[in-house]
Amino acid sequence: MVGVVVLAIIALGGAFAPVWWTGDPLEMRPIERLTSPVAGHWFGTDNFGRDVYTRTIYGTRVSLIVGATVSILGLLIGTTLGLVIGFYRRLDAVMMRVMDGLMAIPAILLALALMALMKTSVRNVIIALVIPEIPRVIRVVRASVLSLREHTMVEGARALGARTPRILMFYILPALAAPLIVQATYICASAILFEAYLSFLGAGTPPHIPSWGNIMAEGKTYVQLAFWIILFPGLFLALTVLAINLVGDGLRETLDVR
Amino acid sequence: MAGVSRRGFLAGAAAAAAAATLGAPRVHAQKKGGTIRFIPHADLKVLDPVATTAYITRNHSYFIYDTLFGTDADLAIKPQMVAKYASSNKGLKWSFTLRDGLKFHDGAAVTAEDAVESLKRWAKKDPLGRLLAAHMAKIAPSDRKTFTLELSQPFGLVLDALGKPSSNVPFIMPARIAAASADEPIKETIGSGPFKFVKDEWQPGNQVVYVKNPDYVPRQEKPSGSTGGKVVNVDRVVWRYIPDHATANAALDAGEVDWWENPPLDFVPKIEANAALTTFVTDPRGTQGWIRPNHKHPPFNNKKARQALLYIVDQPKYLKAAIGVEKYYKPCPALFTCGGPFESAAGAPGKPDLDRARQLVKESGYDGRPVVVLDPSDIALTHGAALVTRELLSQIGFNVDLQAMDWSSVVARRAKKEPPQQGGWNMLFTWWIASDVINPAVHAGISGAGDGAWFGWPESGRIEELKVQWARATDRAKQKQLAEEIQKVAYDEVMYVPFGQWVLPTAHRKAVSGVLQFPAPLFWNVSIA
Amino acid sequence: MFPEILRRLVATIPVMGVVAIAVFALLHVTPGDPAVIIAGDYATSEDIAKIRAKLGLDQPFLTQVGIWLGRIVRGDLGTSIYSGLPVATLIGQRAEATIALTLFAMVISVSVAVPLGVLAAWKKGSLVDRAVMVFAVSGFSMPTFWLGFVLVYIFAVSFHWLPVQGFSPIERGFWPFLRHLILPAVTLSLVYMALIARMTRASMLGVLNEDYIRTAFAKGLAPRWVLVRHALKNASLPIVTIIGIGFALLIGGAVVTESVFALPGLGRLTVDAIIRRDYPVIQGVILVVSGVYVLINLVVDLLYVVLDPRIKY
Repeated sequence: MVGVVVLAIIALGGAFAPVWWTGDPLEMRPIERLTSPVAGHWFGTDNFGRDVYTRTIYGTRVSLIVGATVSILGLLIGTTLGLVIGFYRRLDAVMMRVMDGLMAIPAILLALALMALMKTSVRNVIIALVIPEIPRVIRVVRASVLSLREHTMVEGARALGARTPRILMFYILPALAAPLIVQATYICASAILFEAYLSFLGAGTPPHIPSWGNIMAEGKTYVQLAFWIILFPGLFLALTVLAINLVGDGLRETLDVR
Repeated sequence: MAGVSRRGFLAGAAAAAAAATLGAPRVHAQKKGGTIRFIPHADLKVLDPVATTAYITRNHSYFIYDTLFGTDADLAIKPQMVAKYASSNKGLKWSFTLRDGLKFHDGAAVTAEDAVESLKRWAKKDPLGRLLAAHMAKIAPSDRKTFTLELSQPFGLVLDALGKPSSNVPFIMPARIAAASADEPIKETIGSGPFKFVKDEWQPGNQVVYVKNPDYVPRQEKPSGSTGGKVVNVDRVVWRYIPDHATANAALDAGEVDWWENPPLDFVPKIEANAALTTFVTDPRGTQGWIRPNHKHPPFNNKKARQALLYIVDQPKYLKAAIGVEKYYKPCPALFTCGGPFESAAGAPGKPDLDRARQLVKESGYDGRPVVVLDPSDIALTHGAALVTRELLSQIGFNVDLQAMDWSSVVARRAKKEPPQQGGWNMLFTWWIASDVINPAVHAGISGAGDGAWFGWPESGRIEELKVQWARATDRAKQKQLAEEIQKVAYDEVMYVPFGQWVLPTAHRKAVSGVLQFPAPLFWNVSIA
Repeated sequence: MFPEILRRLVATIPVMGVVAIAVFALLHVTPGDPAVIIAGDYATSEDIAKIRAKLGLDQPFLTQVGIWLGRIVRGDLGTSIYSGLPVATLIGQRAEATIALTLFAMVISVSVAVPLGVLAAWKKGSLVDRAVMVFAVSGFSMPTFWLGFVLVYIFAVSFHWLPVQGFSPIERGFWPFLRHLILPAVTLSLVYMALIARMTRASMLGVLNEDYIRTAFAKGLAPRWVLVRHALKNASLPIVTIIGIGFALLIGGAVVTESVFALPGLGRLTVDAIIRRDYPVIQGVILVVSGVYVLINLVVDLLYVVLDPRIKY
């Protein structure tokens, strides 16, 4: 419950940032560089004299967009593939070996390697983060499909002449909804963190689009001189991810998953 | 270039930074032995000093290789491996004799043949080397210790070439290595320098280790720049590569390392406040920042569009964003650096004038296509310059596509001659130390050789002509006049736009003493208490 | 049991094959050309072509895959494009720091998280339980590098208790070795700790409701005895699983942690290599790390047998 409220505040704040905050997150005032938090610059300024508060608020949007898009895309693609793989036995054996292989590559390394192939942009960060998630979603879906496939309800539908797509859509998918929604919240939380990791390692969101990750990445150099540059986006990030995780835990209990 | 005094440029800043430890030349400490732990500015990846102009490879090479001539703190060229030399026939014939006792790390004596093969290999790649090669009729050993160089036409820069202090430096390596791998990277790291490279302890991305070369015979003169006696006082030098500045700063602060080559200027006040640490400007001539347009593709293939750049660049604004701490920088319109022998304001634009710039953009017939600007976001100074430029370019009507990437990606990308939409680029940012831009012969940015020029590929027959005239001029006044002429044309063509000049202090523990002034960090003469 | 181990070992071969092919394919669609970088600043297109040919980059894709697989089978991981050192050597130089870091982090997380999880389950609903759960969720939510900087700031920069960065090999003394590892390992262990604490609590809760535990408590056995001897032993299966799965998480965290603390480990080696497009190094490290991951999970599977007498092979 707390999670939902915090999340809602952060999401609204981010979404409406341009409406109620007129500052420009890219405006540089070299004279005011590395100013500690004061009235006018609540969170201080960074090494180019940009306002950390404005940047952090703008960063909310990028981080939430990345989180939401990665979880939705991961879910859509993963579920589709998972259903197909789970239902066709012949595909299953081969595809699961492939999935095992892909999952053996640590996600951050895979995402980094993918980013190295593409130029930095929000879209590419999303792609690099979705790909490692897909096999994980597939596993969850496939496991459920395998157990549901032999379920009497499905057997019955099949006996009545229902075609496979119909069975998948109307019998199996609804049963999967609860675990998938819970899974989605965790993917969302980890995507927001991973965006920050990629940016930290220099392969994330481009610098002219402020995200929590790249604000901290640029601020890390100044951690001993101007801790506020990484403190505030870090707090926002931790709070948001925490809120999403709490929502996930809440959903898990409410929906009684596992 | 002998006899130019070390006056002028940023003397105030350099002195302020060095005041604590530097009177005149630093006190020569007698302490022997010990290990120096050093944080270099980059990771050593390429070991071949001819294949790359990367400063990190140059710095590495100063440990293990020796040079025929060196450049002292006043830019005078003096013999190093050479014992005696002479020129005859109006400077068309030169002979050089190596001094005694020179030995490679594998035990072999250094011969004239080694020097000749090393020079030949270097002259294939280095711009000044190529210029020398173009004027050369013959270079060959005449006995084990002596080689001769014959010119086909007068060339005023023979010693400047052999004593070139910065990338690419004509380092001397065994002939078998230099000759065997003319077109590909060398495989062995054997020199005759005062340190040996410990290959077993080299961990790319982490550490590089050098040990004292006990067989090295230093010259008798006092050290100055890369000239004089290279007396090694320490047993070992360990480079620890720490890319994260905050971590590097903390490590220096805690005494876990002794010397940090390149602290960002924001850290300097904090370092100076620490009683155990001190800062020192090793290269008071400083560094020049560049905005380089690509002359090959629209919009900057149009001279008017390029000239618009002259009127947007407000150097103090750039310097504030890129460097930050005022005492370390100053605006400078001289393409051959302020404080250098060819300092001049000829042809430089007046005050920034955005209206004029807008007008020029219009006249250039700019069609609104995106201008691809490469932004090396991992390097604070070029990143700052890129961000400022993006704002200014948009203000005068350009449609800017700022592409952020790390420096190594910029290095790969800038080589692409394709149009920006197919992987090329329109504008990049870089910086060069003064020694590399101090006269028309070494200056990589002022070349009109088109495809043969440095990235950006300007074409100007006039520049090429003037450069040849400059190189052949043997009289200082004539050189000066030609350099001014070259600067005017370079500004008119907008070969690049300088955004200022600055010095970078190095920081070390007070236990470290004897650091020499030079563009590269040198480790002979240095002691640790 | 032995044939089962063998069967499972064999089953890892196709998995590793997939990893090898995936990594190779991934890197060979990249637009960046290592030959251009190696060729140097003044290279002509002929120089570049020569280098491409030397590296085999001009061969058809499938041929390159074939050559690569053939070499791996012989245990040859190739040589770094830049330094010219064998990839196996580079990995060897870096393995100690990463192994030490991950093992140490694992020890810390297990020894803190399991008791916490047990405690939380036993006192379910109490303040202690809530505190543990909040701690666990927070651990998940904090960016590793952020925590790293905070710890460095407090323990190394302000108080000078521990070193800021670097690694001291164990052969140069155990205490320096340990001192250098404390901050990075604590930083890295937090996420893992959170994961294990949650899992321990969840599976303990399941077990504590079982009749035999209730009986044991009712018999008046000491709570500690019941919790550890009966409940934890039976709850250990999911915990062991999560330790195996979490290894991937540790490796991911190690990449970031090694950057913060300038540890010469495999994570930094890979990040450097990826940025420089040093193909053989990237391929080699990812292959080795993935191999270790697969092996660890194999070991975890086999541990089941030890921990759960019901599973027999």
